[in-house]
Amino acid sequence: MELTRMTAAELSAALAASEVSATEVTQAHLDRIAAVDDRVHAFLHVAADSALAQAADVDTRRAAGERLAPLAGVPVAVKDVFTTENMPTTCGSRILAGWHPPYDATITQRLKQAGAIILGKTNMDEFAMGSSTENSAFGPSRNPWDLTKVPGGSSGGSAAAVAAYAAPLAIGTDTGGSIRQPAAVCGIVGTKPTYGGSSRYGVVAFASSLDTPGPFGRTVLDTALLHEAISGHDPMDSTSIDAPVPPVVAAAREADVSGMRIGVVSELSGDGYQPGVLSRFAEAVELLESLGAKVSEVSCPHFGYALPSYYLIAPSEASSNLARFDAMRYGLRVGDDGTRDAEEVMALTREQGFGAEVKRRIILGAYALSSGYYDAYYGKAQQVRTLIIRDFDAAFGQVDVLVSPATPTTAFGLGERADDPMAMYLADLCTIPSDLAGNAAISVPCGLAPEDGLPVGLQVMAPALADDRLYRVAAAAEAALVGRWGQPLLASAKGLTS
Amino acid sequence: MTVTDTLVPYPEAVERYEPLMGLETHVELGTRTKMFCGCATTFGEEPNSQVCPVCLGLPGSLPVVNRMAIEHAIRIGLALNCEIASWCRFARKNYFYPDMPKNFQISQYDEPLCTDGWLDVTVDGGTVRVGIERVHLEEDTGKSLHVGGATGRIHGADHSLVDYNRAGIPLVEIVTKPITGTGANAPEVARIYVTELRDLLRSLGVSDVRMEEGSLRCDVNTSLSPRGSGVWGTRTETKNVNSLRSVERAVYFEIERQAAVLDAGGRIKQETRHFHEDTGTTTPGRSKEEAQDYRYFPEPDLVPVAPSRDWVEQIRAALPQTPAELRRVRAEQRIAWNVSEADMTALENAGALDRVAETVAAGASPADASKWWLGELARRANDAGIEVADLDITPAQVARIAQLVSTGTLNDRLARDVIDGVLAGHGGPDEVVAARGLAVVSDEDALTAAVDEAIAAHPDVAAKIRDGKVTAAGVLVGAVMKATRGQADGTRVRELILARLA
Amino acid sequence: MACMPITRDEVAYLARLSRIALSDAELDHLAPQLDQIITAVGQVQQVAAEGIPPTSHATGLTNVFRDDEPRPCLTPGQALAAAPAVEQQRFKVPRILGED
Repeated sequence: MELTRMTAAELSAALAASEVSATEVTQAHLDRIAAVDDRVHAFLHVAADSALAQAADVDTRRAAGERLAPLAGVPVAVKDVFTTENMPTTCGSRILAGWHPPYDATITQRLKQAGAIILGKTNMDEFAMGSSTENSAFGPSRNPWDLTKVPGGSSGGSAAAVAAYAAPLAIGTDTGGSIRQPAAVCGIVGTKPTYGGSSRYGVVAFASSLDTPGPFGRTVLDTALLHEAISGHDPMDSTSIDAPVPPVVAAAREADVSGMRIGVVSELSGDGYQPGVLSRFAEAVELLESLGAKVSEVSCPHFGYALPSYYLIAPSEASSNLARFDAMRYGLRVGDDGTRDAEEVMALTREQGFGAEVKRRIILGAYALSSGYYDAYYGKAQQVRTLIIRDFDAAFGQVDVLVSPATPTTAFGLGERADDPMAMYLADLCTIPSDLAGNAAISVPCGLAPEDGLPVGLQVMAPALADDRLYRVAAAAEAALVGRWGQPLLASAKGLTS
Repeated sequence: MTVTDTLVPYPEAVERYEPLMGLETHVELGTRTKMFCGCATTFGEEPNSQVCPVCLGLPGSLPVVNRMAIEHAIRIGLALNCEIASWCRFARKNYFYPDMPKNFQISQYDEPLCTDGWLDVTVDGGTVRVGIERVHLEEDTGKSLHVGGATGRIHGADHSLVDYNRAGIPLVEIVTKPITGTGANAPEVARIYVTELRDLLRSLGVSDVRMEEGSLRCDVNTSLSPRGSGVWGTRTETKNVNSLRSVERAVYFEIERQAAVLDAGGRIKQETRHFHEDTGTTTPGRSKEEAQDYRYFPEPDLVPVAPSRDWVEQIRAALPQTPAELRRVRAEQRIAWNVSEADMTALENAGALDRVAETVAAGASPADASKWWLGELARRANDAGIEVADLDITPAQVARIAQLVSTGTLNDRLARDVIDGVLAGHGGPDEVVAARGLAVVSDEDALTAAVDEAIAAHPDVAAKIRDGKVTAAGVLVGAVMKATRGQADGTRVRELILARLA
Repeated sequence: MACMPITRDEVAYLARLSRIALSDAELDHLAPQLDQIITAVGQVQQVAAEGIPPTSHATGLTNVFRDDEPRPCLTPGQALAAAPAVEQQRFKVPRILGED
């Protein structure tokens, strides 16, 4: 079997058994990137030299008999929002083009310590603001299923890399759905862990109270392996939870949903949802029931206000987080010709360095926080957030997990929503509630929409720190569905065989 | 552009206007590391040598609160008689300035750590209670050097050079409630308040509070109300007030200046003004077309601070006495001990005040206690090159020695021997007395015998005494003391001699 | 409370507050979009939230501290490596107009 078609779990076993070397595995993936990335454009930076050096190091240590972590020698693609000392970190923005951070994110460090091979940095919507990767200053990524379609966003590059077999694993961040939505439209698995379950130190901030780093994989087990490797308390992050990582790998292996109570969120359906998405979702729910789960309908009455609440809270925090990009200490500097003062240089730099969506959100955020408007907008949104948390609490009092489609439609076309911010925001309808509440959620492929043959994602949501339930349900669904399809969903993608 | 302000002479100004002041003081805490990161806080290091991703505000960095800074802030709040919040948060104050790496400052907004306290200051023999509105924590900014202008100041500079070593150092901001009713004393009250505050902070050990070095900074707010009108005027904020004297002068000048503006029917502009050391005047800062909107919101990267009541009480229990309390206690002691101011100062300088107090508590009279500690014991400490409080003798022991002297068991000379013994580690006073047989010889027969011997040995001296030259008795007293190895009661010996030779 | 549409002037003010030098063309383009977005997000005001506390932190954590112990920091070289301009081991920035 081609090394790039193997799952991370299979690679891990083969590497451990010395059936294959990390160098071979890494080279195979670098070759794959060279073959497809001109079309997919998943990567902003391919770190060939350092990846091969890391691989050589893993091989040496393994040969010396050292016991290595499960992911040692397994390639990973890293969203360009994580700081990496020896590689640029641009966040998909002109304002950080070429910036080399002097420190690694905690998650970058954990990947390195685990011996994972960082292939490079992936494309993203600028500063994680978007649902299609079209807001990247360096051009969009394309969906490997259909190169005229978006791979989702903001972690579109990471999702595309995994879906294109350029990397078995990738990490991204999820603030409003930016892992789950790309995973869904690219036909792969993606998890938003419990907020605080994975460290934000070294993750360039978009919305601090919502940003959650998380894993992508082609299978549920792969995703669990990566989830485990990157999670856990970090004293450098005050919002990091000091609790053991939930047993996600064990749950992915057990994959048993008998007796589990599953709630279908009634509000996450209806107008604006593509029929094919709804039908594939309904089938997936029936499937879970046939596997022994007890399914019921649950109402979360305030979920309808999640989108407006999010689009007040996130831009507000972003407007503040992005103030540091002012041309004084790093990044782009425009207009410093000796005639302008600091404020003018700041304003010119930010005007040229930020894209339209980022500017929209900064201004929106400044509005929501400004005196006179704070109570009605930001303050109110935080109250709605409390109500959504209460909806979840009440729901989880009746069921073990909640389910919904991961996103209302399949991958839309490049350019289709680029000039229509409101239409773009709707992609996050199903994912946003979990970001606001800080609980855990996953998207797992549940089929292709009959209308367009594009992937549909099933979203599972669990209470905070119950991430393992996600993997239990997702793995059960995956096993049953792959059994039904005869092969993994991705294997049926036409756009990828080349 | 220089504008000479019209001024109303001070006495006139305060006659017609009532001043209202507010003082905002920033204190740089003396913690080892910064507020939100582990960078060192040493003053005077090479530029940008004490920085990290956090205090540089690099993308992806996150703050983590320094526990010691919270402790110090609580300490300050307790010393200022404040309520300590049971739950509070940090907030972001958003504005752009090159010395602020994130272009927001992590501070506290509507949930300060400490509120509603007071500090009593003594002015003109009376007490003024200055209300404390709030005490909160925030982070300091970097420092800029302005290059190319005439005086190194910001106006006319060509560019600036920024050093972020100071960025992130913990600052405690102390804001007073409006200070009213001070009348003509306003400038003095302001200066004394800052002085008292500084001394208090120093006694708490939370900062070295040097205004010249910037570890204590003061902004002065001043406004005037026409007497009897009940209407308060617009206030101005004066910055760059770098010494205690400047605090007073700044208030003084603003009163004179504002009075002139109001007299002429004008309105005080709400603005920030800059104090000039050399001229004692204030000038307007840069005027902004739009008022600054800081868009405060709770800091999402930090979780709330909820100091337990146990922790607060632990801190309270370990608070040292305030300078004011120490002064009061000292004044009471001085009166109770009936000791002169000069002696009190001497005791204080010798570090012996506590010892004296304890010796009095152990039963000695204040006179005896201070005599021994200021005299014999201070001398011995000096000879040994140590602090008097470090001598190996306890106040209880000194009290016992004083008691033995007053009951006649010891005389001063013997008492000194006993002190020798105690300091040498030979036990307490009673043990030393017993071991060395140092008790005063009070056996009359033994004394009489010794006296007779002395008289016999010095017939010429004895003759003088019989003749009436009483002073010569001293020689015979000396002889007897020598014969008894100093253990005779000198006064009694003298009596016996005179009686013998009468 | 009725949603107040945002005017072009308000957008211009907010851009200044945010230190973004929007061109007139951008202002023309952004203002109506923002107006639309603000009207949409203004929906939150329809929610009855009397007495509901706002959530600023989802984790419920409190009192996360670190000890007052020094940690390794960056060298001046590292700190200044990405600076657009450096002079005397400091970040060189264009002239600043005035103190706050």
